[in-house]
Amino acid sequence: MKLLVCISNVPDTTTKIKLSPDNKSVDLSGIQWVINPWDELALTRALELKETAGSSIEKISVASVGTAELEPTLRKALAIGADDAFRIDLNPQDAYQVAEELAALVKAQSFDIILCGIESSDYNGAMVGGMLAEQLGYTSVSSVSSLNLDGSNVKLTREIDGGKQNLTVSLPFLAIVQKGIAIEPRIPSMRGIMTARTKPLTVVAASGSSALTAVVGNALPTAKSACHMVDAENVSELVRLLHEEAKVI
Amino acid sequence: MNFEFTEEQLMIRDAARDFAQRDLIKDVIERDAGSIYPTEHVKKLAELGFLGMLVDPAYDGGGMDTVSYVLAMEEISKVDASVSVIMSVNNSLVCYGLQEFGSEDQKNKYLRPLAKGDKIGAFLLSEPEAGSDATSQRTTAEDKGDHYLLNGTKNWITNGNTAGTYLVIAQTHPEKKHKGINCLIVDRNSPGISVGPHEDKMGMRSSDTHSVMFNDVIVPKENRIGEDGFGFTFAMKTLEGGRIGIASQALGLASGALERAVKYAKERKAFGTELSNHQAIAFKLADMAVKIENARNLCLKAAWLKDQHKPYGIASSMAKYYAAEIAMEVTTQAVQIHGGYGYVKEYHVERLMREAKLTQIYEGTSEIQQIVISRDLLK
Amino acid sequence: MSVLVYIENREGKLNKGAFELVSYASRIAKDLNTGVTALSIGNVSESELSRAGQYGASKVISINDGRLETLDNKAYTIAIEQVATAESATVLVMGSGFTGKAIAPRLSVRLKAGLVPFAIAAPSSYQPFVVRKKTFSGKSFSDVEVKSAVKIITLSPNSFGLHESPVSTAVTTFSPNLLDSDFSTRVDSSEKFSGKVLLTEADIVVSAGRGMKGPENWGPVEELAELLGAATACSRPVADEGWRPHAEHVGQTGKVIAPNLYFAFGISGAIQHVAGISSSKVIVAVNKDPEAPIFATADYGIVGDVQKILPELIQSIKASRSH
Repeated sequence: MKLLVCISNVPDTTTKIKLSPDNKSVDLSGIQWVINPWDELALTRALELKETAGSSIEKISVASVGTAELEPTLRKALAIGADDAFRIDLNPQDAYQVAEELAALVKAQSFDIILCGIESSDYNGAMVGGMLAEQLGYTSVSSVSSLNLDGSNVKLTREIDGGKQNLTVSLPFLAIVQKGIAIEPRIPSMRGIMTARTKPLTVVAASGSSALTAVVGNALPTAKSACHMVDAENVSELVRLLHEEAKVI
Repeated sequence: MNFEFTEEQLMIRDAARDFAQRDLIKDVIERDAGSIYPTEHVKKLAELGFLGMLVDPAYDGGGMDTVSYVLAMEEISKVDASVSVIMSVNNSLVCYGLQEFGSEDQKNKYLRPLAKGDKIGAFLLSEPEAGSDATSQRTTAEDKGDHYLLNGTKNWITNGNTAGTYLVIAQTHPEKKHKGINCLIVDRNSPGISVGPHEDKMGMRSSDTHSVMFNDVIVPKENRIGEDGFGFTFAMKTLEGGRIGIASQALGLASGALERAVKYAKERKAFGTELSNHQAIAFKLADMAVKIENARNLCLKAAWLKDQHKPYGIASSMAKYYAAEIAMEVTTQAVQIHGGYGYVKEYHVERLMREAKLTQIYEGTSEIQQIVISRDLLK
Repeated sequence: MSVLVYIENREGKLNKGAFELVSYASRIAKDLNTGVTALSIGNVSESELSRAGQYGASKVISINDGRLETLDNKAYTIAIEQVATAESATVLVMGSGFTGKAIAPRLSVRLKAGLVPFAIAAPSSYQPFVVRKKTFSGKSFSDVEVKSAVKIITLSPNSFGLHESPVSTAVTTFSPNLLDSDFSTRVDSSEKFSGKVLLTEADIVVSAGRGMKGPENWGPVEELAELLGAATACSRPVADEGWRPHAEHVGQTGKVIAPNLYFAFGISGAIQHVAGISSSKVIVAVNKDPEAPIFATADYGIVGDVQKILPELIQSIKASRSH
């Protein structure tokens, strides 16, 4: 059984966002790039599944659509434990294009299980997983917080509004995973970093996909006005303000 | 010249940073207050391969270069020097000494478990009467034909109680002075070894520092490293590498303190504006940053020389001396910038300052480094 | 040409979120000079569905197919696609919650429709079609141009508000053509979270962080939430420590919420936390550290011990109500 984890690299979550002078793009200079947190958790869960005794997963691949700058992110995934990596060589314009490219890769490589993080922490689209599943005609389940293999089926839990559901789905299958799927992302070990040197990172030519949307401008939120401080000895004043000024209670 | 780190070096730095900022930070204040040994963290350090990161993969090590080691030591020391000293002693004293000078059998038997972190090593040189002056060893290793009989006391031994393998420096031929000294590999469980109480230290309080007593401890002859009388040279050569570890530790203490001071100066307000807008504070920060950058460059230069198999003894002395001195200065300034908050444990910088003090003292005091550097100039 | 809006119900009732979506769709329809059709899946009465007319939906299509009782991504996608095609919808509006996240991307591929997720405003122009969305979890916004003929928008909750524009409404039913093979998700069991108010839909959220010292101190947090009809939430460290369930974690990697009122008790306000709450209308912070970054985001703040202030706040609210 082959498993694919789709990876995107994103600015570190502590990044302060600055825009280019024309507001057409986000100023990415000096940004620390990391594996998208949800993708990292997906990879962690994939590795846990493969390491389970008697696991039917033979190989874990990671794939990403982007330029050569994201290769360190893929190599980190290899150092953490993925077996091989694919970089589809294209600077994608939107999620639709990413999904189309990934779909072409999946068709060529045939994966039984695909894991995607629920969204990227930069664009917050929550799109690629669902789009990829539809491109492939795969079953998809989103908001997945737990995932286990059960023979040729997958048992999983998804978080719905106000509750959880335990589901069974058959393969092939795509899970869009969120927090809870794994406890904590892994830190690459020295051994992992060493073995990553010889693991394949294949660069795949883009398949000629096209985008349906484009970012044409950006803006930053307006600065908040100063916090109205209330004395700790006068809590009832806060209640009055919330009631009479803010009118929220 | 090339000042770029490789992708792999950066990955190692980030791995160390993640480990420090995610795991070590959680209970560092409690471990310091209670002098609690970081058992779980050392286990994780072993799993991640940091304990033997410099060792040849042929002996189960990580096979990483010394530049990566400096980067990793800095990141871990930013948060907890008690943990980084364990890593430093194991890597750059014990494992390095065994790998460079040990026999094939010794490497297979002792280096492998140390490189994997299954066992921790300790380096036993200091004595109650011989700290910086390593030539006057009072611990004796009497030649008994097929074995040595070890007697004496070693002091200030990092990993003294937790280590499974000791490298012990002892005098076999007192008449030959330092040329009669040997280094013996001693199993911690050998009969006749007793360990003194945990030292109640000013800083690095959760590292495991003890005196170790040897009373007629039998050590097989095959556990001697190198030829008879090689011990002093062994110790000096090994300490050259060890200095890079402690220099990087001092660097990490300083840069950790600067990071905290910068953050504090940007958040904390005084006289109606952030501290960072007061020139008195901003200039302090600038001075701290320059000193740290100097120290980092000295550390990396020494590491680079070592990786190129070029002489690095003077470079590592300079790095150790300078980094330790500025660590003391920078951590003290970081406390000053924090004001009253700097003096309480919650803000970390007072601990970094206490820990920085030790870097001026152990693995060759600042004064010893000055001797090494000046002797080289004046020779 | 029409604007189709997919509205969700909870146990047969339409909620504020559904009406906000209809309001939003009506605004677009008005700008495009066309009508709004609302689509509901589930067992909802005709009278309940006709409430969508209050916000401008002249037509409501109801799918009541037992097989769609639980969300099957594929089957829902096919059902909605069939309605969209039948209605010649050029704009499809959905919520950005659980269902929207699951279905909108699949529909985007099926309809070859560009998708703008988590929109925060009506389109700023229609030729070209440009919609503003949140990016970097609210740390910035992007204006997205949709180039395809059909457009899909999912709306961030509480970002457009309710706007009444009453029209008369016709409720019709629709039976989607679904094969058994279109269903691939089997529900084995389900459980409901104990909180009465859904965090993502709550008007008021009472949230607490590590400053609470331990899970045993959460009593007053729950009491205040109960008193205000609010949902409870927490910061990431609290969820990671296991003091509170992960479902309560708000922040960049947890839930992103936009209530009218957000209380942050003992939460320092790390940038990742703020990202999850920055769209809240009013933020109240209580923290013992006057330098805590949360105060830079808050509208009202108290510097003090949360353990002391929480009970006082509860008393004070009770007192204000008894007047």
